[in-house]
Amino acid sequence: MNIQRLLAMAYKETLQIWRDPRSLAVALLMPLMQMGLLGYGVSLDIKHVPLCVYDQENSQASRAVVDDFTASNWFTISHTIASEAGIRRAMDRGECAAAVVIPVDFSRTLAATGSAPVQAIFDATDVNTTNIAMGYAQGVVAQTNATIAARWAASHGVQPSLVGRVDFEPSVWFNETLESRNFIIPGVVAVILALVGAQLTSLTISREWERGTMEQLISTPVTPLEVMFGKLIPYFAIGLLDAAFCLAVAVFWFHVPFRGSIGILFVTTALFDLVVLGIGYLISVRIRNQLGASQVALLLTMLPTTLLSGYTFPIDQMPAAIQVLTYAVYSRYYVTILRTIFLKGGGLTDLWTPVLGLVAYAAIIIWLAARAFRKHL
Amino acid sequence: MMAEVNEIAVRVHGLSKSFGSVRAVRDIDLAVAQGEIFGLVGPDGAGKTTIMRMLAAVLRPDAGEILVDGVDVVAEAERAKLHLSYMPQRFGLYEDLTIAENIFFYGALFGVPRGERIARSQELLEAAGLLPFRRRLAGQLSGGMKQKLGLICALIHTPRVLLLDEPTTGVDPVSRRDFWAILYNLREGGVTIVLSTAYMDEAERCSRLALLHGGEIRHCDTPQHLKAAMPGALLAIASAHPRDVREAVSGKPGVLGALLMGDRVHVRVDDAERRIPELRAAIADQGIADAVITPAEPGIEDVFVALLGEEKPHEP
Ligand SMILES: Nc1ncnc2c1ncn2[C@@H]1O[C@H](COP(=O)(O)OP(=O)(O)OP(=O)(O)O)[C@@H](O)[C@H]1O
Ligand SMILES: [Mg+2]
Repeated sequence: MNIQRLLAMAYKETLQIWRDPRSLAVALLMPLMQMGLLGYGVSLDIKHVPLCVYDQENSQASRAVVDDFTASNWFTISHTIASEAGIRRAMDRGECAAAVVIPVDFSRTLAATGSAPVQAIFDATDVNTTNIAMGYAQGVVAQTNATIAARWAASHGVQPSLVGRVDFEPSVWFNETLESRNFIIPGVVAVILALVGAQLTSLTISREWERGTMEQLISTPVTPLEVMFGKLIPYFAIGLLDAAFCLAVAVFWFHVPFRGSIGILFVTTALFDLVVLGIGYLISVRIRNQLGASQVALLLTMLPTTLLSGYTFPIDQMPAAIQVLTYAVYSRYYVTILRTIFLKGGGLTDLWTPVLGLVAYAAIIIWLAARAFRKHL
Repeated sequence: MMAEVNEIAVRVHGLSKSFGSVRAVRDIDLAVAQGEIFGLVGPDGAGKTTIMRMLAAVLRPDAGEILVDGVDVVAEAERAKLHLSYMPQRFGLYEDLTIAENIFFYGALFGVPRGERIARSQELLEAAGLLPFRRRLAGQLSGGMKQKLGLICALIHTPRVLLLDEPTTGVDPVSRRDFWAILYNLREGGVTIVLSTAYMDEAERCSRLALLHGGEIRHCDTPQHLKAAMPGALLAIASAHPRDVREAVSGKPGVLGALLMGDRVHVRVDDAERRIPELRAAIADQGIADAVITPAEPGIEDVFVALLGEEKPHEP
């Protein structure tokens, strides 16, 4: 590979992207739009979620649970009612966004078994608010548990961690397949990379055919590898920039916890970027018109990434055959890595299988792409 | 290295190419000496572009050999590309890049060092009169400017063989003259040029011509020899009604062909002495009084039509 030719190719491609409003829009606006769509309607600073309380027992123990809810500042009691139908009515009117139901035998069960259920109901019409409220409720219940455990332990002389739990049983109304936002947002990076990377590169060779510049290009001594890498360099950079932008938005705007290593994140993001660029490039070599190429790119990247990567639909809930199929979807590996890095903070030891999957995928795709382009008509 | 005057720059043997059932190029042989300006002429679909593409190593022949500057184009396409430059029939540069950016890009692809690229592009831009426009996007150039830019990009690496597919189609006469001035200059420098053209005046400027038809070379010689080989004699009939004149003489005994050339009709006859009075009578019969018949020197277009039969390249 000749460096001068490689750089000339990369520079020329950069100029063309820079002067093509459509490419620029995809590169710059897509990530913004996608992130915006996700965050649409989210009020991040939720306090005083109106809470409807249905305390069937009204004992000291049950009132303590309700007090914990109000003391948190996250919830304000809007209704105290005496029937299940009341919850429905309040939610329909939009007067409350969540409800707690404490069963009639709450303190008895707690005393007998050391654990008792409390039901929490959420109006999930607004998914994001619900996610946040659910997190808050979990926090409150954890607090209650700690108190109960400590009290129980003191009076029975045992370890606090072994006893006394209020079982938190959230149930979601109006939107049963609700996913936690923290769970989804890291995966958006994969979607955006797939979208931007493959869309842009799918046009790069087909554009040369369509505009009639290919014949002249292949009459020069430039090699297929120089064409490929030269063309991919600017798109690779755009992909990484877009990914950095999305990750920053996820962490600093949506406050998704980030617990893992930036180094692993960078390397795996670069690998995933290579895979989607390689796929876009392969498509571009095969399909000689821009429209067709971009359609196929959408089909081969966005579809599997949104449906089969586990980004929104958990893989372990898919039918067995589909689960097997997801191993062929490169985004599956990356989404797993993203989620682990963000939420669990795993290192390479936890991640070596998906990382290996991604490495293998990148190697195969780049190998295929390098062989795909032929320098004749 | 001193180039021998008669060294063969392009040698083609048994070259063939088919597209499905269309036999675009059929078993052609060619030898172009170094420093020649060699012309390919023929009607649309004769196979000019297909030959050019195979010479430029961007299209693989079905059969045959091509040597460009001593390099086997079929076996060593990439090495051959270092020796030649190809300007496709359709404008092949980047319209969203400026003149300077296009030149730089192609210079780099041909491995011209940066400093040399700057100096040479300056020189070429100046010669082509494009220096003031070097920051203009190629897409915003006139047809003639585009073709000159194409030529500059082809010349940035000093090729030994230049392949130009209809380089002046759609270019105004003044720009065409400039273009040819550059070509003559190149030939002085020992560059071999193979071009295809639809303009007969350009064909006349070539050192040798290959007349193509149906993928075959029907005749290949200097313009002078081709004219001499034209069967019959040529008469020019001037009149205010050239179409009526052509109508009147067509199909008359001894008339081999009649071609409209502006306000005149070129009529090819078997025997001028004998046919002039006959034609004069035939025209008068049609009520055309102003016709003047004179013997004429054949242009290459007349030769072209005479040699290739009834295909007329510029029938209005
Ligand atoms: N890629 C192709 N696929 C199918 N047929 C082709 C292809 N290229 C050329 N042909 C056919 O081969 C024949 C020769 O075409 P070619 O383009 O070489 O002619 P040409 O002399 O350059 O014509 P023009 O003066 O119109 O440029 C034509 O019949 C054309 O239809
Ligand atoms: Mg042609």
